[in-house]
Amino acid sequence: MKDETLWYIFLNASLINNFVLAYFLGICPFLGVSGKMETATKMGGAVTFVMIISSMCAFGIHALLVAINAPFLQLISYIVVIASTVQLVEMFIKKMSPALFRALGIFLPLITTNCAILGVALFQTNKGYGFLESFVYALGAGAGFTLALVLIAGLREQLEFAEVPKVVKGTALTLLIAGILSLTFMGFAGLGTQ
Amino acid sequence: MSEKKGFWASLAEQPSTDEFIKGLWKDNPVFVQVLGMCPVLAVTNTAENALAMGLATAFVLLMSNVLVSSLRNFIPKQVRIASYILIIATFVTMTDYAIAAISVELHKSLGAFISLIVVNCLILSRAEAFASKNTIGKSILDALGMGIGFTFALLCLGAVRELLGNGSIFNVALFPDTFQEWIVMILPAGGFFTLAIWLLLFNYMKERRSAA
Repeated sequence: MKDETLWYIFLNASLINNFVLAYFLGICPFLGVSGKMETATKMGGAVTFVMIISSMCAFGIHALLVAINAPFLQLISYIVVIASTVQLVEMFIKKMSPALFRALGIFLPLITTNCAILGVALFQTNKGYGFLESFVYALGAGAGFTLALVLIAGLREQLEFAEVPKVVKGTALTLLIAGILSLTFMGFAGLGTQ
Repeated sequence: MSEKKGFWASLAEQPSTDEFIKGLWKDNPVFVQVLGMCPVLAVTNTAENALAMGLATAFVLLMSNVLVSSLRNFIPKQVRIASYILIIATFVTMTDYAIAAISVELHKSLGAFISLIVVNCLILSRAEAFASKNTIGKSILDALGMGIGFTFALLCLGAVRELLGNGSIFNVALFPDTFQEWIVMILPAGGFFTLAIWLLLFNYMKERRSAA
């Protein structure tokens, strides 16, 4: 796909086909840690980091698997790479900032099962992106994920003070906001096309 | 725990139907536990896709639960999550190739979401929370209950979205031609709204029951 410029790949991954709001990837942390602005931004950072690393590794692995003609190992090797990267990030955060480590809690190891990360690796393989394109794609996806997380966190912080019926509180309310956000993001659909 | 009993003795243990029933309603993976949201929202734009996804997930859940449960005394504690994921990934790869062999069209419309079953939190959570601690018989029932509950929930969403967004269910048109489709229901936003409304309904019913 040589006709896509790097800028378009970035826009596409972050806004037009936002991973959370258009592909529904990474919904679990999205519902789980989007209660507070601060944790949301840091979670976004951690996910973006893991995304970039695993996307780079996925590019190498894909080339290797094609070379030895074993495409059925793709999924297994991707998930192993992601799991090890998450482990690395976990150790890093635990050492650097124990407070953040506690705040993220169970959601940190759960980044492994964050569909968005495996999604980036799989989509870039499907689209046949090169090394640089993969990097930009992962960066865009991470930025889009962080953006969606921060937007929701901001809205949820405001809604803390709103009076809502008891049955709506919790997940249902977050999903309703996410739906409205998803509608807004559709406005980006025409972006980047000449 | 049946740690000391042999393999066959543990098989013979009578599992109760509770393990099966709880996944269907009381602990429904989607409506109550809110697990495995990605496929729930992403592939439920038609009832057909929803059913296929539900069955594929149920199959992987069943197979991985059986394997995890039978290996539970051999897998070291430290590497258990990694081992579970490898087991799950193996079955997902099998499912992926099987679906591609059965129907290329279906494989195309589900796309990368079949591979993404690997990271469905539901499967890993059942492996960790149930299969790693219980006998094979119980794990099978648990997987069947959860799998059917998950498929049921996907169908609930898929049917509503296809009906309102396309005027049909399983490609059978239910409304006259004059029906104006709600395009939004097919779009991503529709997935969020439909799930939100189902959750509201469930909350409301729970509220009613606890009040009564």
